[in-house]
Amino acid sequence: MINKIVNSAKEAVAGIFDGATVMISGFGEAGSPVELIHALVDQGAKDLTVVSNNAGSGHVGLAALIENRQVKKILCSFPRTAISVVFPELYRAGEIELELVPQGTLAERIRAGGAGVPAFYSPTTVNTPLAEGKEIREFNGRQYVMEEAIHADFALVKCSAADKYGNLIYNKTARNFGPVMCMAAKTTIVQAKQVVELGSIDPEHVVTPGIFVHRVVEISNPADESKLVAENVKYHGIRQ
Amino acid sequence: MESDNKNIGWSTSEMAQKVAMDIYDGAYVNLGIGIPEMVAGFIPEGREVIYHTENGLLGMGHVAEIGGEDPELVNAGKKYVTAIPGAAYFHHADSFAMIRGGHIDICVLGAYQVSEEGDLANWSTGNPNDIPAVGGAMDLVAGVKTIFVITKHTTKTGESKIVKQCTYPLTGKNVVSRIYTNYAIIDVRDKQLYVRELAPGVSFEFLQKHTEATLNQ
Repeated sequence: MINKIVNSAKEAVAGIFDGATVMISGFGEAGSPVELIHALVDQGAKDLTVVSNNAGSGHVGLAALIENRQVKKILCSFPRTAISVVFPELYRAGEIELELVPQGTLAERIRAGGAGVPAFYSPTTVNTPLAEGKEIREFNGRQYVMEEAIHADFALVKCSAADKYGNLIYNKTARNFGPVMCMAAKTTIVQAKQVVELGSIDPEHVVTPGIFVHRVVEISNPADESKLVAENVKYHGIRQ
Repeated sequence: MESDNKNIGWSTSEMAQKVAMDIYDGAYVNLGIGIPEMVAGFIPEGREVIYHTENGLLGMGHVAEIGGEDPELVNAGKKYVTAIPGAAYFHHADSFAMIRGGHIDICVLGAYQVSEEGDLANWSTGNPNDIPAVGGAMDLVAGVKTIFVITKHTTKTGESKIVKQCTYPLTGKNVVSRIYTNYAIIDVRDKQLYVRELAPGVSFEFLQKHTEATLNQ
């Protein structure tokens, strides 16, 4: 019997090990799986490599994970925002490593990881400092940079509805990196606002087919990360 | 260089209006964060333009009204926005396939520097104390068919932003088609700059005096 539903965020993040690569969905606060990240703060796995578009805001979610010194390296496109305080401090202190990846390259490297494509050639970054050290090849008179796929041990993703097979639908621009990250991780862990009966998501409307998903937890009233950041809430974790 | 004369040239709104005049009916357009966003407010009546925002929405509407904000409906600048009837949501790889694949017609971006060959520097000043961040800028200039730049002609300290060669790290090489500044509209053609329109009160001589790059009339 296939049933990917687990009972708690704690159960969902069980087994994330020290040194793991973890993809985290979200574009800023939109689509960021705050409850799963907080469960990972509680769980305590360290030396993580995180793949995420941004580097967290305020002192909650991804910023809390970084502040708790669990992240040794981050791959992201835009770690600098007005309300990003934790990452800049640790980066300047040399306590966290950054691989800066253009946003579209990041998305495609993740997609490639999930699709069994080890590398691809992209026109993005040609003749810029971000292409330094990478293979350049010409196709039809234009130069391209070789970019390698990204794989992860785990992905933490937020969606709006899921069924017990792991079929997912998302909400508006909170979809962003979710679908490609689900494809690229050995274990994909999803927090859904609602768990629904099999068949209640129209097969024509499924965005992420369940084959890409391994664990689903229902978080029916997820925190609004923007609100937590605005209120300067700090998440310190629960000692286990 | 002497400081800008505040009484001549176009205001930022007028610059945005000039860009808007060049966005044609039916265009798929991506507007960068900041001043480029103002362009949407000046599209002439009767033209239908579809806005793409790289975080996964085609058919972006106006900024959300107070009280109507949805934290899961934002633009690339993470502002709360709306979606028009006929809008579509998609994931990031599809969104950048639209960009890299050459499906977006026009992108309007800000700049630190533009060179006379159309090179753009707009993501980093190279200051080692800054946190490096690039977002989608390099993907946009690599993939969108036409790149318009909207920028003040000079920096706050009066240095030309239209230069012979960019001294800041490049976003892309030979990518800019047209530059809209407070002094002029300048086309980049065959790695040379041609003045298309001068703002009121600006002479070609004045413009060249405030421009490091060589201009053609």
